[in-house]
Amino acid sequence: MVCEDCGEREAAVHLTSIEAAEMQSIHLCVGCAAERGISPESADADAPGTPPLVDFLAQLGSPGPKTPVPDSAEPCPFCGISAGDFRRTGRVGCSQCYVHFETQLRGLLRRIHGSSQHAGKLYLNEASDLSDRLGQLSSMRRRLKRAVETEDFETAAELRDRIHEIEMKE
Amino acid sequence: MIQPSEVLGDRGLDWIRGGDEAEIVLSSRIRVARNLQGFAFPGRSGPEERADVVEMIQAAAERIESLDGGSFWGIEELDFLDREILVERHLISRDLLAARPGASSAALVLARETSCGVMVNEEDHIRLQALVGGLGLDAAWRQADRMDEELGALLPLAFHHQFGFLTACPTNVGTGLRASVLIHIPGLVLTKEVSKVLEGISQVGLTYRGLYGEGSEVVGNFFQISNQTTLGKTEEDLIDHLGRVTGKVIEYERSARSVLLAEAPSVLEDKVWRAYGILRTARSLALEEMMNLLSGVRLGVSLKLLKSPRVETLNDILVRGQSAHLERAAGAKLTEHEADVCRATYVRDKLARDERDAGHAPADGTSDTTAVDGPPSGG
Ligand SMILES: [Zn+2]
Ligand SMILES: [Zn+2]
Repeated sequence: MVCEDCGEREAAVHLTSIEAAEMQSIHLCVGCAAERGISPESADADAPGTPPLVDFLAQLGSPGPKTPVPDSAEPCPFCGISAGDFRRTGRVGCSQCYVHFETQLRGLLRRIHGSSQHAGKLYLNEASDLSDRLGQLSSMRRRLKRAVETEDFETAAELRDRIHEIEMKE
Repeated sequence: MIQPSEVLGDRGLDWIRGGDEAEIVLSSRIRVARNLQGFAFPGRSGPEERADVVEMIQAAAERIESLDGGSFWGIEELDFLDREILVERHLISRDLLAARPGASSAALVLARETSCGVMVNEEDHIRLQALVGGLGLDAAWRQADRMDEELGALLPLAFHHQFGFLTACPTNVGTGLRASVLIHIPGLVLTKEVSKVLEGISQVGLTYRGLYGEGSEVVGNFFQISNQTTLGKTEEDLIDHLGRVTGKVIEYERSARSVLLAEAPSVLEDKVWRAYGILRTARSLALEEMMNLLSGVRLGVSLKLLKSPRVETLNDILVRGQSAHLERAAGAKLTEHEADVCRATYVRDKLARDERDAGHAPADGTSDTTAVDGPPSGG
């Protein structure tokens, strides 16, 4: 397949976007994709499906006419990434991001996968209950202790602030 | 301490021996992404946290049966050439290759017998993979699923009641599953049907990419097809779907080859024989040239225009004809030109050995297009 922008090189980046319920596919070579600001490097070797994310991310968190989501303005309390960081990198920072940015992510997941409901293998392990804030806190305290022990004071200070914030909310 | 390069050996190359449809499908791969609950994802975690994750996963990996006898390496223990070799074997990604030296940042576990492995702290805490020769998605899934079950019983994984297994990139959420096949479709390329078929693939929830050489050109008519979505379907459904579509592509490829054989037999035969002739005699071969010629020879073997080499030999050359493998074999740093010379020597030796093993040259000496199924000449 030939690149749709230059019509010369082989298309290596395949984008799919959905606008007004119409699915559109764009096929670009690496050079033209880069010109459009789409990095093929961000797609891992196994997941050529990664680039569509760039399109979707553009929609995420944009102050559209839809109901604003109040919790989106604040960064994730556990890893500290903001909606802006997420838009820029296409990666969330921790599993709690899926709780913190749940509303936006649900919409994003629906657009990427056509579904937001997992249908595959289940995982039954009490230790991994995401709503378990105490578990999260103890994990963060453990990391804090470790950071202090290794004199990683920057991380320690950041963790201390975040633990404090979470405790305040309880 | 054991030097990684001494034990790397043939690890991860089990697939080379082939499997179902091995003339057309090189390998089938299942990759599963998982993360540990309570730790930031690798892209967001500091050195200490990353080290904790490596430690936890190593402790679990050492206890599970599906990785029994496996080896564990911190990426920084591996010299750069070893890492390149692992990339050439598709056992680690380029991202992991670039892991910062000095820090205990990322790791790799490889099974002893099978092409199973676990990447630790790549984009996700755990990327486990199973690779089998030929079309064998179910077998690969059984291996990957077993590793996942065993690791999940020992480690707290990040799981959301609605979104399923959580991953750093939302495109992997849910099953965390990426199933793929590496397929060789020169017939579709030569009949110019390939873009239609690939377009069709992308319309049924699958995605594809060409196999690249050292540049950005697709070489050798090899394509990787994989599932695009990971959420909302069961693992079995995703894998069955890919398997069924792959079956269709194989069918299209076969009929394209029949068309070529019927309409332009001499052109096809000439192409195949030229490819073999160059590989068998060249004194310098660039990687891309080698891959394109291997494609021609593979087509010839598959259509029985050539009686040797074996598919296993062709797979072997595809892996060991790459630069890092050649450099390791030479035991010295190679310039591009030196690598091309080593590559040509390796290929000639391999093909000559295969001819000897088969007891004959790839043809009967008198080759005409009608005698494609004739008996092998005595050696
Ligand atoms: Zn272009
Ligand atoms: Zn987070």
